[in-house]
Amino acid sequence: MTTAAIVEPLDSGLAPATDRESTRLLRRLLRRPVTVVCMVWLAVVVIVAIVAPILMPHVASQNAGNIFKVLQGPSRQHLLGTDSVGRDVLDRLLVGTRVTMLGVVESVFVTLVIGVPAGLAAGYLGGRTDRAIGWLTDLTLSLPGIALVLVVLSIFPSSMLAGMVTLGVILSPFTTRVVRSATLPIREELYIAAAQVSGLSRFYIITRHVLSRILGVVIVLAAIYAATSLVTQTGLAYLGLIVPLPAPSWGGMVGDGISALTNQPWLIWPPGVAMTLTVVAFGLLGDAVRDVTAERWSGARVQRPGRRRAAPMAGAGPSPVAPAPASDALLCVQNLTVRFPSRGSVRVIDDVSFEIAAGETVGLVGESGCGKTVTAMSLLRLLPGDGEIVAGRITFDGRDLASLPEEQLRRVRGREIGLISQEPMVSLTPAFRVGWQLALSVRVHHGVSRRAAQATAIELLRSVHLPDPGLVARLYPHELSGGMAQRVAIARALAGEPKLLIADEPTTALDVTVQAEILELLRELQRDRGMAILLVTHDWGVVADLCDRAVVMYAGQVVEQAELNPLFRRPLHPYTRALLMSDLHNAPDLDHLPSIPGSVPKPGAWPHGCHFHPRCGYATAACRDQPIPLEHPTAGRDTRCIHADQLSVLR
Amino acid sequence: MTDSGALLDVRDLTVEYSRGRGRPPLRAVDGVSFSLTARETLGLVGESGSGKTTIGRAILGLAPVTAGEIRFAGEEITAASRQRRRALSTELQVVFQDPYSSLNPTRTIGQTLSEVMRAHGRPAREDVQERVHAMLEHVGLPSDATDRYPAHFSGGQRQRVAIARALMNQPRLVICDEPTSALDLSVQAQVLNLLRGLQHEFELGYLFISHDLAVVRHLSHRIVVLYRGRIMEHGDAAAVYANPAHPYTVALLDAAPVPDPEIQQQRRGVRVRKAVTGPPVDDANGCSFAPRCPHVIDRCRTSRPALEAMPEGTLVACHRWRELHTNGANSRPPQPLSTTT
Repeated sequence: MTTAAIVEPLDSGLAPATDRESTRLLRRLLRRPVTVVCMVWLAVVVIVAIVAPILMPHVASQNAGNIFKVLQGPSRQHLLGTDSVGRDVLDRLLVGTRVTMLGVVESVFVTLVIGVPAGLAAGYLGGRTDRAIGWLTDLTLSLPGIALVLVVLSIFPSSMLAGMVTLGVILSPFTTRVVRSATLPIREELYIAAAQVSGLSRFYIITRHVLSRILGVVIVLAAIYAATSLVTQTGLAYLGLIVPLPAPSWGGMVGDGISALTNQPWLIWPPGVAMTLTVVAFGLLGDAVRDVTAERWSGARVQRPGRRRAAPMAGAGPSPVAPAPASDALLCVQNLTVRFPSRGSVRVIDDVSFEIAAGETVGLVGESGCGKTVTAMSLLRLLPGDGEIVAGRITFDGRDLASLPEEQLRRVRGREIGLISQEPMVSLTPAFRVGWQLALSVRVHHGVSRRAAQATAIELLRSVHLPDPGLVARLYPHELSGGMAQRVAIARALAGEPKLLIADEPTTALDVTVQAEILELLRELQRDRGMAILLVTHDWGVVADLCDRAVVMYAGQVVEQAELNPLFRRPLHPYTRALLMSDLHNAPDLDHLPSIPGSVPKPGAWPHGCHFHPRCGYATAACRDQPIPLEHPTAGRDTRCIHADQLSVLR
Repeated sequence: MTDSGALLDVRDLTVEYSRGRGRPPLRAVDGVSFSLTARETLGLVGESGSGKTTIGRAILGLAPVTAGEIRFAGEEITAASRQRRRALSTELQVVFQDPYSSLNPTRTIGQTLSEVMRAHGRPAREDVQERVHAMLEHVGLPSDATDRYPAHFSGGQRQRVAIARALMNQPRLVICDEPTSALDLSVQAQVLNLLRGLQHEFELGYLFISHDLAVVRHLSHRIVVLYRGRIMEHGDAAAVYANPAHPYTVALLDAAPVPDPEIQQQRRGVRVRKAVTGPPVDDANGCSFAPRCPHVIDRCRTSRPALEAMPEGTLVACHRWRELHTNGANSRPPQPLSTTT
């Protein structure tokens, strides 16, 4: 077989190529005004640290200035005033920058050089290495830090280097611990296993694969240590321990200022402000660099947590699109449109309409990224992030859920519409017993006594066929298997005796034999309670097993809906047809499986006209020109395809 | 089946995990034997807890082997040194299930692919680049993918990258650990087609691990069905799929819903009649499937069935395979048209 035959037409949806690495990082940093200010300030500090002592060599050894002008405030001659022996404050501040900054660099360097490799080794290698390093960090942590610095400084009097190196050593166990705990989860990632299987050396894996992931942590740590070092220096210089007098340093000047506080309160301000600004600049720049390095590979701008907007739709629903429904369906969704302002306000759901009758099971089918889950969640207005319903009407039992005030909606959630999700474990709180959580749901919905609620909880567990419900009620969620947890989640959803159950991929995470049991349970519950089910799934087998009708979604739109048998026999949309054919159970015994070329376009990248046309074998010019409306070729069937009549019977 | 021509030969493999003091170790894999020849695909099927993934990891040296022997191309690699493992990596590769965590998000596709070559010697820069571009073309990705990060790619595209990485050094055996279970239907078909094409082109052997019998059946020559760390059935793929001998294989096949409402309705009826649960059985002295088996007899709870060869060559670990086989108790509920033909 030739290469050409193997390679399927390429998936679309690649982001356009952008410029190279190094320039990109800087450009992204410069895009943030606050970051630019921080960078400028730190650049000025560094330049001053280098230049000032060269330009003003006399300042460092100046024991006294003009003794007739001591403790003066700012003046034209002395822009920042003079100190207690008449020396110019500005000169001293500028010259003192070097020794101060050198101290910062020394301590940060030492703590990172010791702490990062130790943390990486402990986290990645584990076992004996981890224990040995843990023992050493514990030992270092148990030493009294300040006393240690004082002892070292008594051996090396007035030595900034000795003091700051000691500080670095004292801080290193914190670095080790933070780096170690950041490394542990990364060690379990599959790409580390893949790198091992690829024959890469441990050193290579640690430096390239692990370090690159924890760089953000290290950057933030470095910024914190820079600030810590600056503040520590102040204390030590105030005690006159790390800088040989009369040489100036920021810390020493703060000390001078404090001693002259009653006579001249101004004196403390120049070094104080310089230090504060530098500490703040370190912190902000550290965060920004972290965000930008993460942005580089994560493919998305890191969202700074902003103010949360007030409920976007409550009451003032801009839903003039649809008149109230004429049908008597339990749930009627009309022209529902959802968008996410944080993602550039692109629509994720576009003009979705469907109905569910009382006691009916409807499958919401499609691949990931088609908007099934967002549609299901928007019915309860439980959209992730800042998703908002911008148009449409969700009529449930005579009320429009899209515009219902939050307070009333809360009474609908859980009580009238239940929800079970793909990960049943996530919906249970790990800290409480299953029975307690169920009883709480019962009390919230029915306001009964504690004892009655407990009895109801056991009843609910029995109704989902858990063996020995009394025992299960006393278990914690982690003691349940996947299938048991899903049964408990279903029991909880039943607590409010809902008329509609939204089941979002309820069996996807389960084994196939357990899936069969859960599907059986859902069928039985529906039969006994007359409950309607909206089943979100990508599995045609599950649809065929449980549903009466199916709604097929593609790229944010409903493309087809029909009763089950006609849908499977003769789909009227090419997407439905192609998706059915790529199911292995339908696949002929061939080497080459039928598949759909390309992939589902992301919201915002939907093509003009029919969303499916770039991947469709039936597409013509008419499909590209304008949006395709949802048509009703026969009673009870909808399709968003103008070539529906060309699709042949599938079986 | 200990012919020296086997590419991979696993003998009585047992893997145990410690569960802490005072508790017996968890036996994830229990005396599993199979072999795989060059250019062959062997499917390992089972549900969670069947030990299928652990077997793959043990072969790769990522899980500790308690007992047994793993041979690769005649060489014993059960306890290979780190050095030996690094050398082996040119011949023995892996594609993992989750294309999101199997690629380092901070490394570009180019870095991810080229480092695999640089792990063995110092190839010239141009050679590496040429190979990376050739591999990307083989898996159907554009050559400008090298400068991008994994975040820019969809799940299916990432899985293509993971496949390209596995093939960079032209291995002879690739362990595919559920490579399509995180993918959508249409993308799953794309990736299965790709894997099949690459097998022909590069003469690869695959150990294909999956929970989905239909997927395994499509790609494999032979199938091993696992339950709680033990082999239940082992035989020709078409035979196991069409005429399963072990009640567990039957249960697996029956449980998978088929995409046809009418057929599925009939299958459902059969399935409900068969469902049972009994008291747990002491694994060491009984069949581990006994508690869920509709054909269980007392003997199943007291003696562990050995793997026996059926006339057609399929190996099955069931005390009652002869009677079940002759009286048709394992007869299957209706199948969709295409798979019964």
